[in-house]
Amino acid sequence: MVPISYYLILSAVLFTIGVIGVLVRRNAIIIFMCIELMLNAVNLSFVAISKHLDSLDGQIFVIFVMTVAAAEVAVGLAIIINLFRNKETINIDEVNIMKW
Amino acid sequence: MDLAIPSIDIASLGPELILSIAAILVLMVSVFLPKERKDPACYLSLLGILFALASSVTLWGKPKYAFNNMIYVDNFGLFFNMVVLITAGIAILMSINYLKEEGMSHGEFFALILFATVGMMFMAIGSNLITIFLGLETMSISIYVLAGFLRERDRSNESALKYLLLGAFSSAFLLYGIAFIYGATGTTDLKGISVFLSEATYLNDPMLLAGTGLLLVGFGFKIAAVPFHMWTPDVYEGAPTSVTAFMSVGVKAAAFAAFVRVFSYSLWNLQPDWVLLMWILAVLTMTLGNIAAIAQTNIKRMLAYSSIAHAGYIMVGMVASSELGISSILFYMLAYAFMNLGAFGVIIVFERKGEKNLDIEDYSGMGFKYPALALLMSIFLFSLAGIPPTAGFVGKFYIFGAAVKEGYIWLAIIGVMNSLVSVYYYLRVTVVMYMNEPVKEFTGITWSPSMVIALIIAVIGTLLIGILPSPYLDLAKQSILLMM
Amino acid sequence: MPIDYIPILAFLIFALMFAVGTIAMSSIVGTKKTTPEKMMPYECGVDPIGSARRRFPVKFFIIAVLFIIFDIEAVFLYPWAVIFKDLKVFGFIEMGIFILILFVGLIYAWKKGALEWE
Repeated sequence: MVPISYYLILSAVLFTIGVIGVLVRRNAIIIFMCIELMLNAVNLSFVAISKHLDSLDGQIFVIFVMTVAAAEVAVGLAIIINLFRNKETINIDEVNIMKW
Repeated sequence: MDLAIPSIDIASLGPELILSIAAILVLMVSVFLPKERKDPACYLSLLGILFALASSVTLWGKPKYAFNNMIYVDNFGLFFNMVVLITAGIAILMSINYLKEEGMSHGEFFALILFATVGMMFMAIGSNLITIFLGLETMSISIYVLAGFLRERDRSNESALKYLLLGAFSSAFLLYGIAFIYGATGTTDLKGISVFLSEATYLNDPMLLAGTGLLLVGFGFKIAAVPFHMWTPDVYEGAPTSVTAFMSVGVKAAAFAAFVRVFSYSLWNLQPDWVLLMWILAVLTMTLGNIAAIAQTNIKRMLAYSSIAHAGYIMVGMVASSELGISSILFYMLAYAFMNLGAFGVIIVFERKGEKNLDIEDYSGMGFKYPALALLMSIFLFSLAGIPPTAGFVGKFYIFGAAVKEGYIWLAIIGVMNSLVSVYYYLRVTVVMYMNEPVKEFTGITWSPSMVIALIIAVIGTLLIGILPSPYLDLAKQSILLMM
Repeated sequence: MPIDYIPILAFLIFALMFAVGTIAMSSIVGTKKTTPEKMMPYECGVDPIGSARRRFPVKFFIIAVLFIIFDIEAVFLYPWAVIFKDLKVFGFIEMGIFILILFVGLIYAWKKGALEWE
């Protein structure tokens, strides 16, 4: 039996990898993938906690998060494709008309 | 196994259901009608909003849990429901002509506004973190699309991409916070969390504190609190102006509704832990928003920074989470809805296709050429600056009053000083309008009937709340009486 | 109390170190001997012709997005199917409404021409 803390630490590590990816990478698609990694890291936490506490709320939450993530991906990819059609690039450093 | 089927209380979900059905109908109407006739779509959406408003009114004063405690229809939630419904209505009225001029008059726009509004309403009435999260995402995903609605335009694209990436990033933080809270308390129900915390003997569980901090980050992004505000100016500048108007009020109202419910109710026992953090965030948000706004030349960008500053004022009300503090947040939100929508409405009237006339300089001499428009703009800007007898003044008065009453005197002083700074950049626009010679020809300002209606509603709201605030304040006080 | 936050700090530091550590280790420790054969997509078989990073018609993308959207409904259908008998008519009607809303989405995509290949 693997203790719950292992799952939570794994989830924290995955989440941090996602955060670092968002901050470091410059390709919009890869940033988006890192955000998905963050969401799935949270899902892992939810499932582990749900099993640990023997309550179903966490698993229901995971189902909803997956749906939301799918909707976000669909919209996100559409926005990125549209950007590529207009600018021929998905490097976010080149998407900078507006600056303070 | 016998499952207990939860009782379905459709009436308590009336406003949301009406609006969802209206949104689906708008989508169908817009796809089945011939290309040239898009008017039915916007009339239908306005009708949906009116019915949803009526339905909210009938639910007033009868707080009840529904759908297995997933939602709690109390006056607090209904008040925010009405604020976002009014916002959506005014935003749609403002969009009709704007979209025609941009050549992007598609029915999907109205459907997306309605879907976003449904999401906002669920954030306001949600009494479970699941409902709040789903509402937040329904709202956010619709608004990502709306921000990029003028798809041929680089700025709109850029705005959508930035909002999407940072919005999704922030909701991941919010979600992680929810996971921690769930792990620490064993429930996602707001009431359950509050009960758990009031009975808990040991409140310094690191998981709980980390969860609270992550929730603060997540909500901070949505309300554009410093230091999570970096997306705001870019997104507000690039998005279609009517969408900027909608999101600057609607998203903020909905996010504050959920923010107040989660922090001032559920996590109230942790108040000593988060109040100092909130204090610092409020001060940073007000100060940075106002100082950065001074340097702006683009009027949409200036209003973006001003909206950051207003988020700071509202956070002052959250620091003083007394009864007066929360009712002043509600009051301020209502006032802010009218004055901010109005200011953006004037910008839309003045804006020409292709993002022309958006610099503050372009407003020179407008006072002589279009006195009515300039007068309206001045009223809205005075209200945003908090000059009597406008709604903004009364709102600020109550918020800072609540802070003083709770003993946060320094916070109130910083707030008042910030309002003084803000007067400078709001008045600058007025000065440019009335004192400067026109730098260019104003061509073809067209008054569409829908825009006139929207501006009249906004100006009446701004002045009425400013001159006769007491009924609205009573309304706000009533709203929190039966809160949870 | 600030002292209570130390476990959080330790937790964050550990997560950060592990995440940075693994990324750094793989680039430091890993040997990087690249030969043309290794860089090929397949070690045996037919040599690839041209670059794999070609642009695809946007039609594929639209189908992919539609697939994601309509695929995820199975996440909700599956738990429902498991306890279908216990939920009786209530569950059937609820799911019917859910599918109806999805069907509206499908009609929309259809009318917009997203399903046409040519």
